Amino acid sequence: MVTHDSGGHHHPPTSFIRKYIFSTDHKVIGLQYYFLALFSVFLGMALSMLMRIHLVWPSAKMPFTPGGQMTPEQYLALMTMHGSIMVFMVLTTAPQSGFGNYALPIQIGAEDMAFPVLNMLSFWTTLLSLIVLVSAFFVNGGAPISGWTAYPPLSALGQIAGPGQGAGQTLWVVGVAIFCIGSLLGALNFITTTVDLRAKGMTLGRMPLTVWAWLVTAILGLLAFGVLLAACLLLLLDRIAGTSFFIPGGLVVTDTPIVSHTGGSPLLWQHLFWFFGHPEVYIAILPGMGVASHVLSTFSRKPVFGYKAMVGALGAIGFLGFCVWGHHMFISGMSPYSAFAFSLLTMTIGVPSAIKTFNWLGTLWGGRIQFTTAMMFGLGFVSLFVTGGLSGLFLAQPSIDLYLHDTYFVVAHFHLIMGVAAIFGIFAATYFWFPKMFGRMLNETIGKVHFWFTFVGVYSIFMPMHFLGLAGHPRRYADTTGVNFLGPLHSVHYFITLAAMITISAQLIFLFNFFYSMKAGQKASENPWNATTLEWSIPSPPPFDNFAGRIPVVYRGPYEFSVPGATDDYIPQHLTPERVGKAH
Amino acid sequence: MDHLYFFLTGLTLFFTFLIFATIFYFMIKYRRRSEQERPPATQQSLPLEISWIAIPSLICVFLFLWGASLFFAAARPPQGAMEIFVVGKQWMWHLQHPEGQREINQLHIPVDVPVRLTMTSEDVIHDFFVPAFRMKMDVLPGRYTSEWFQATKPGSYHLFCAQYCGTLHSGMTGTIEVMTPTDYAQWLRDNASTRSMAESGQELFTRLGCDTCHLADGSGAGPVLQGRFGKQVTLRDGQNLAMDEAYTRQAILDPASLPLPNYRPVMPTFRGQVSEEQILQLIAYIKSLGSGERTQVP
Ligand code: HEC
Ligand code: HEM
Ligand SMILES: [Cu+2]
Ligand SMILES: [Cu+2]
Repeated sequence: MVTHDSGGHHHPPTSFIRKYIFSTDHKVIGLQYYFLALFSVFLGMALSMLMRIHLVWPSAKMPFTPGGQMTPEQYLALMTMHGSIMVFMVLTTAPQSGFGNYALPIQIGAEDMAFPVLNMLSFWTTLLSLIVLVSAFFVNGGAPISGWTAYPPLSALGQIAGPGQGAGQTLWVVGVAIFCIGSLLGALNFITTTVDLRAKGMTLGRMPLTVWAWLVTAILGLLAFGVLLAACLLLLLDRIAGTSFFIPGGLVVTDTPIVSHTGGSPLLWQHLFWFFGHPEVYIAILPGMGVASHVLSTFSRKPVFGYKAMVGALGAIGFLGFCVWGHHMFISGMSPYSAFAFSLLTMTIGVPSAIKTFNWLGTLWGGRIQFTTAMMFGLGFVSLFVTGGLSGLFLAQPSIDLYLHDTYFVVAHFHLIMGVAAIFGIFAATYFWFPKMFGRMLNETIGKVHFWFTFVGVYSIFMPMHFLGLAGHPRRYADTTGVNFLGPLHSVHYFITLAAMITISAQLIFLFNFFYSMKAGQKASENPWNATTLEWSIPSPPPFDNFAGRIPVVYRGPYEFSVPGATDDYIPQHLTPERVGKAH
Repeated sequence: MDHLYFFLTGLTLFFTFLIFATIFYFMIKYRRRSEQERPPATQQSLPLEISWIAIPSLICVFLFLWGASLFFAAARPPQGAMEIFVVGKQWMWHLQHPEGQREINQLHIPVDVPVRLTMTSEDVIHDFFVPAFRMKMDVLPGRYTSEWFQATKPGSYHLFCAQYCGTLHSGMTGTIEVMTPTDYAQWLRDNASTRSMAESGQELFTRLGCDTCHLADGSGAGPVLQGRFGKQVTLRDGQNLAMDEAYTRQAILDPASLPLPNYRPVMPTFRGQVSEEQILQLIAYIKSLGSGERTQVP
């Protein structure tokens, strides 16, 4: 472990551009990621709203469909872009690159990330990938229609496979590949920073669980995005250079024989993609687990229950996450023996997940709970993790997955566990760290209204989708009214769409609170939550190099709440033993 | 399988209820009533932690064993199942009966008879999904997958495509008509095809000139195909393969990849000359040679 020498080589930049645009300050970069995610999540939600409206009122006129109703390919393009934007630009950026960038260096007592310039570069790479991805809407043929999973041959054949599969799909592949590069750079930076830049006394066993979560996530990112990058490059070659990694020979597409490709395997893509795809779920959710542990402990005024088990569970989930990709392929014709292996491994993940859940309950047990908005979103996260996780047990059973795979049951499952749970983690983190980031408090009353709308809203949207799936409703259906088997389910769709409208509108409450409080919120003190970790030992917002040149020394673990004998019910990590018990 | 499902549902409800109840109970019991209030000295409980590691592990093993046994049964078609051949393409299903009847987006089958589907795709990946039969399987280009089911009640059941395949994915639907044995026999008669699949295959076999090399008496340039289907084949490099549908398909499309000892690799590829449906017919013909006798030609 290297302690940071605090020589005078850090000077705050003075020009606006160096300070806010091409900044190398981890806090500014963290916020840039956050705003990128904020933009993306509203874009993604707007797309989902159009989809929901189309599913219920197929003949509704939409702003971008001059003269008529939405075509199936427009629905499918929306679906593909909604999924891709949400997964890559929201769930991978905000929890990890956003909050991780902002808080991780401060929490371990570092002045910045290990490679500040690289950090800036990762952000700009990510922004570029967003631009490339979104530009797919505006090219000839429109956005791609092959879903966020982009299974070949559909995604590999080009224009002939459908509208949007030409230039749009190419832009998608390029955009995702660029995104992988940005994420790889970021992951490297996170790992190096955590390993090398911890302040004196910040042993591994004293790292906040948030830091552990970001570290494990970075390791997952390093392994997973490399694979996705390779897969994207191969797919790109298939598309533009005439190779056949994923295209088998002898295809006849819309009565045109494809003679230029032979010998590829479409299953190869599925293996590569899900080798990335399953860990990606954990990349989205682990930071949320870290935040939930942190927030639950702070607002129960109690240490985290079973700190070591929590770290172990993070590691176990991360490791097992790489061993289960096959559960996405039970119905792709794999041998029953490999299906068994993947099924067993998948259920094994249930064990560390159960450990985390019960330890969260243990943290609440006997605490003195303060119902701040951050705490409520933390509890909401736990609830979503439970409901979304338990439905995973169904899908882990190949015999049941045979029925449920690619139905709305899966849509419900992944929205709860990866989508909304991660979003709740983001909200918990936002309400928790906002005072630090902007020096003002978010309005708690508006916050609670926002919480209840969102909490009730997401359950009303996604719970009924389980029933659609059980009734056999396949996913990715642009048209549900034409199929008479699905007729009786129409009222469920109707309800979901109404719930989605209300929930999405309610997010404007958040937006208002966010920008209003940023300007006019109540001024925040250094440590408004009486929390223990290092970011609460410095002014809000923190100065340019975080500790004004005085790197703190850490004397104790991260969750020393309500220690018997101390005057205050919390002891900050940097407090020297002599000062414990005195006012501070 | 539905029992496993209901068991899981019960388990899920139980745990959801347990956890939510605990959260609410703790939320109320332990809410902070004043600024000064402190929690009692912290408990950490090892037995408690061990118990919530051990109990989920046991449940997990139990579920796995139950699920595994079910899945294994589902993966193995019973002997003597009726065979149907499926070719998916954007955006329709082509189905063939061994007796030669061909259907589009519709399949007629008798009740209480196990049916095994052998499936492939002409273009992208599709998936043959009949919710009422609790089964689905991807249909991939360039290879065969299979699934089986046994309908227990006559009626009309929905067929979906469940693997996303492009613009009209949601329109790639159909029906499975399950009929009583007498109705089915009647249907077969009404729709009697002039030629069974094997006969169509035999015609192709002659038309494409396969019979110039694959002679029944062994005097041709290629191996005798009579009585060969389903047997073990040893390739030149010593590899042992079973001659099944996938093997036969590959032998027709890419014979060079399956060189046999004692034969010169003279068989040309038929890629581009035969459609997936025709390949299935050729396979049906070669299968019909299985007994070693020639098929009953009308
Ligand atoms: C020019 C002669 C020739 C023609 C024409 C020919 N084959 Fe072959 N076939 C061979 C030879 C030789 C082999 C042995 C494989 C090798 O070593 O390449 C073979 C192998 C096979 C096999 C694998 C048999 C095994 O036991 O491994 C099948 C199946 C087959 N052919 C089917 C066909 C069909 C169907 C056609 C017509 C579409 C056909 N062949 C046309 C010469 C021919
Ligand atoms: C505002 C709430 C949301 C609504 C109403 C919503 C709605 C939908 C709908 C209708 C679909 C298409 C289902 C289909 O046709 O099969 C979909 C797909 C998807 N959504 Fe959402 N969604 C929401 C939030 C999110 C979030 C937060 C995420 C982040 C993970 C997300 C990720 C996805 C993904 C990955 C897909 C799959 C796309 C594909 O099939 O390729 N969604 N969503
Ligand atoms: Cu997975
Ligand atoms: Cu389809």
